[in-house]
Amino acid sequence: MSSKVWKFHNDVDTDQIIASQYLLLPTVEEMSQYTFESLDPSFAKKAQAGDIVVAAENFGCGSSREQAPSVLKALGIKAVIAKSFARIFYRNAINIGLPVIVCKDLYENVEDGGSADLDLTEGTVTVDGNVFTCTKLPAYMQNILNQGGLIASLNKEEV
Amino acid sequence: MGMTIGEKIIARAAGVDFVKPNDIHTVTLDRMMSNDGTTHLTVDMYHNKLKHPRIADPQKVVFIMDHNVPADSAKTAAAHRKMRDFARENNIKLYEGQGVCHQIMMEDYVCPGELIFGADSHTTTYGALGAFGTGVGCTDFLYAMVTGKSWVMVPETIRFNLHGKLREGVYPRDLILTIIGDIGANGANYKIMEFAGDGEHAMSINDRFVLCNLTVEAGAKAGICEPDEKVAEYCREHGREAVHMFKSDEDAVYAAVYDYDLDKIEPVCVRPDFVDNFALLSEVKKEKVSIDEAFVGSCNNGRIDEMRQAAAVLKGRKVSPKVRMLIAPASQAVYLQALEEGLITIFMEAGAMVMNTNCSVCWGACQGVIGENEVLITTGTRNFKGRSGAPSSKVYMANAAVCAASAVAGYICGPEDL
Repeated sequence: MSSKVWKFHNDVDTDQIIASQYLLLPTVEEMSQYTFESLDPSFAKKAQAGDIVVAAENFGCGSSREQAPSVLKALGIKAVIAKSFARIFYRNAINIGLPVIVCKDLYENVEDGGSADLDLTEGTVTVDGNVFTCTKLPAYMQNILNQGGLIASLNKEEV
Repeated sequence: MGMTIGEKIIARAAGVDFVKPNDIHTVTLDRMMSNDGTTHLTVDMYHNKLKHPRIADPQKVVFIMDHNVPADSAKTAAAHRKMRDFARENNIKLYEGQGVCHQIMMEDYVCPGELIFGADSHTTTYGALGAFGTGVGCTDFLYAMVTGKSWVMVPETIRFNLHGKLREGVYPRDLILTIIGDIGANGANYKIMEFAGDGEHAMSINDRFVLCNLTVEAGAKAGICEPDEKVAEYCREHGREAVHMFKSDEDAVYAAVYDYDLDKIEPVCVRPDFVDNFALLSEVKKEKVSIDEAFVGSCNNGRIDEMRQAAAVLKGRKVSPKVRMLIAPASQAVYLQALEEGLITIFMEAGAMVMNTNCSVCWGACQGVIGENEVLITTGTRNFKGRSGAPSSKVYMANAAVCAASAVAGYICGPEDL
């Protein structure tokens, strides 16, 4: 199924994803209304469930706020595909069950507002018939993601 | 093949003799810290998501309110209440308003060789005492609090050999901002930054705090200074014993090795909106950048050393009438010492606002928030777009003496320009 692409640049930090002043709101759903506010104030209104965020290097650098991947998940973003991720964001995303995918070649080959076909099982993205292969997660992390995140996996262990 | 300090700490926490980069291990954590930036979410998940809610060992858990303290709104107060009640119900030690989380952790808890998770990116600070501190989100924190364990992928280590001494008027903040400028905001992504050499050992523990604290701004998982007798002494002074003083083996393998001559480092003034947007103060000051606010404080630069650096500049001078200057000591201990040394009097006579101990302007959501198009010069940890207020505002990063001098002049300059 084809997804709409929202494209961002290098070094998108967690303050841009969700600014500090919203972090103490009671729920992630309320916070999610302010996602990417400083970069695109209407992002939260325009983004649809199933859309994909594409970025260049070091996506999610900065703070450890888990609210950053959480607001993207709350808006229904299907996955974030970047050339590289900052480590805390990357780990947080896996822990909450938001697919974060490293793909070196996609960024230059997809336009903001364009569409891409992400096959999570195969680990490929298709744009205009061109297939891009994504880097595989280590099995340990893929397993956490497959179970729906770290807490879901913990609950499953404790029958 | 030998191991680096970070590898030895992970091996100890995993209960194995040897680890190497990219191995994944289950580790037992020595300590876990969470602050009011995310704890309300952790508490919600604890109550609503866990099949068997429990805490492995409340003695290892520390809660610290420092980001929005005291509460600035009814919503913040509700988030704080949730954190406070949970701490009381579960016998978790709670600090409220006593200091910035990392400063409290260093003063009261961290020991060399420990593996510590903190729900805050600047947990890398703990490497100043030879510990492995790393920032995690609230799901990781929750899992660790419940099970006492977590998983880590062993990172590669980058070694920084520091030689000689910083010149007068140049501070560890200038050094680490220079290094970040050199290697970039993702130059140490997923890696450990290890500091050693005669230049590292000559540094005080406070100076090492400054170095390790900002390593996360290069993407590092941890920043670790090779521990020595100064670390043991710091621990003794704070009522603890330094047991695991790990050093890297001679044949340890590094992803890269860099050498820095400290006497070549110059005062830095990082431009907006990225921490690796490096510039020398000598370049920036030519532009006479007008400022609206100056800040000295934060987990990076709110210790007695930086209070002294700011006071030395502000003594007998006045903050420009067009500038707000905010100073927030990083802990009550620092605040009290600054009082005893007469520094608070100097700040107030200069017209600076002395704040309670908290993250203040650096957090950008509680006090000292800057407005549309305003310019801040800060000793805080980050200068991201909108980090300290409106998205159109601009943040420059410099050492405490430069921030104080700029507050007096009304534009960015060094103490030598006053």
